[in-house]
Amino acid sequence: MKQNGAYHRWSSKEFILNNRKKQKRAQRIAFAFMYIAAGIAVAALFAIIGFIFANGFKAITWDFLSKGVKDAGREGGIFPMIINTLYLVGLGLLFAAPVSILAAIYMTEYSRQGILIKVIRFFTTNLAGIPSIIFGLFGFVFFGKMLGWSWSLLNGAATIAIIILPTLIRTAEEAILTVPASFKEGSLGLGATKWQTMRRVVIPAASPGIFNGIILGMGRIVGETAALFFTLGSGAKIAESIMSSARTLSLHLYNLAKEGISVQNAYGTATVLIIIILALNLIAGWLDRRISRFKEMR
Amino acid sequence: MSYLTARKEAPEASNVMVKISGLSLYYGNCRALNNINMDIMEKKVTALIGPSGCGKSTFIKCINRMNDLIPGCRIEGDVIVNGTNIYKDGIDVSYLRKEAGMVFQKPNPFEMSVFDNVAYGPRVHGLRDRHKLAAIVEHSLKAAALWDEVKDRLHQSAMGLSGGQQQRLCIARVLAVEPSILLMDEPTSALDPISTQKIEDLIAELKEEYTIIIVTHNMQQAARISDMTAFFLLGELVEFDRTAQVFRNPSDKRTEDYITGRFG
Repeated sequence: MKQNGAYHRWSSKEFILNNRKKQKRAQRIAFAFMYIAAGIAVAALFAIIGFIFANGFKAITWDFLSKGVKDAGREGGIFPMIINTLYLVGLGLLFAAPVSILAAIYMTEYSRQGILIKVIRFFTTNLAGIPSIIFGLFGFVFFGKMLGWSWSLLNGAATIAIIILPTLIRTAEEAILTVPASFKEGSLGLGATKWQTMRRVVIPAASPGIFNGIILGMGRIVGETAALFFTLGSGAKIAESIMSSARTLSLHLYNLAKEGISVQNAYGTATVLIIIILALNLIAGWLDRRISRFKEMR
Repeated sequence: MSYLTARKEAPEASNVMVKISGLSLYYGNCRALNNINMDIMEKKVTALIGPSGCGKSTFIKCINRMNDLIPGCRIEGDVIVNGTNIYKDGIDVSYLRKEAGMVFQKPNPFEMSVFDNVAYGPRVHGLRDRHKLAAIVEHSLKAAALWDEVKDRLHQSAMGLSGGQQQRLCIARVLAVEPSILLMDEPTSALDPISTQKIEDLIAELKEEYTIIIVTHNMQQAARISDMTAFFLLGELVEFDRTAQVFRNPSDKRTEDYITGRFG
């Protein structure tokens, strides 16, 4: 490494080791902050969940899970709310899932990547950030008053479908874009049409990611309160038709706590809610790992 | 072994399968192919060689219109496949792609069973008869020299096959739609030497029945397997002749420089 006889190697062992001490100290400090930050995040989560569970498990009995509401929720159980929650999840996804998948296909494959797509993408991004109560107000006025759906399962499901639509479109879009282009070329190269390629090759390959989005949407439906307050109402019985007013677990929890009806039963309801959400998130995480197997293939 | 001792037989007066005249291709304002004229003979192996970026992959994708998928791609001139001008309005692109089947650089089996991969083409073209499909799958896998290796695992995922097996599966998948032309875009570049050998042997067999156009980076491969060789450089067709002629006695200085390894 000699240049004109004047070049001296800079990397003496002493120089390197001397500087290493400083670098190690900086690393220790950085790691210490990371541990503290991570600790706070985990502690807060465990504190909340632990607190709810500690208070809530006492309330959970077979009767609590299987009986209807008595005395506005002071007595009895939450069975109708569990069923109503399932109804709303089912109906909301029935509206949102097909629309979101078709929209995602359109946005990724059929339309030209132009201004229109940028506008749609802008709205799907920003719609996701609008407070849900705004959607609730819209559902109340448009579906409830103008279309005359009043407070009903139908109104609640339509409103919640609009709320989860942006998230569903984006996850479906990302899942479709993750499928290797070579799959598509292989199919088109055999003479398959675009739609056959989508339906038989691309969508099946993207399905774990699409389901992941749907499960995140389910979590959102289960957890939503404000928008449903305006649109679903507060019927405390199992909904008899899609025009019945109903009450999900979240709405019931809100009622119990806000009206001071039964703190004990509010904790019990909260515990059931948390368990449902945790289960959904575990499934979503598993599906996410399944779709990410493509990432190295691209 | 020298590639100068290439096969002897000249392409006899056989039919022209693909006739290319005045073909230019643009990506936006950038010209990727410049006025290509070429007659590709039926049931011969035509190799396309040239350095990276010379347009040979772009060229092969003109023959089954896979370039349609690329936004901003524009084509001038005529490509006549088996008597049909494929860039005229009103031609059926699906039928063209069935007739001119493509094998890609990286094996790209679908996430389905071996059987469903091969049956995919016939199915998308509307064949439903299960007995016929089973016969097609067996026939195609045998023709692709893969049957013995997969006959006991037809209903397992194709993703579990080795790279070489996957590529032969992709060939079987193309054969199942009964093409006249096989377009192969560097089909062995992702494979080990033994798998490459198997594919080359397969090409030698398949040319009895199919017109084969193969893009390759590997000049020895071109010399070993092809009857005709086309040398591309910077989007131009520099030389197109019998393989023996191109490798033994090239008429253009640039071809000579390339095949003797002076660049590329």
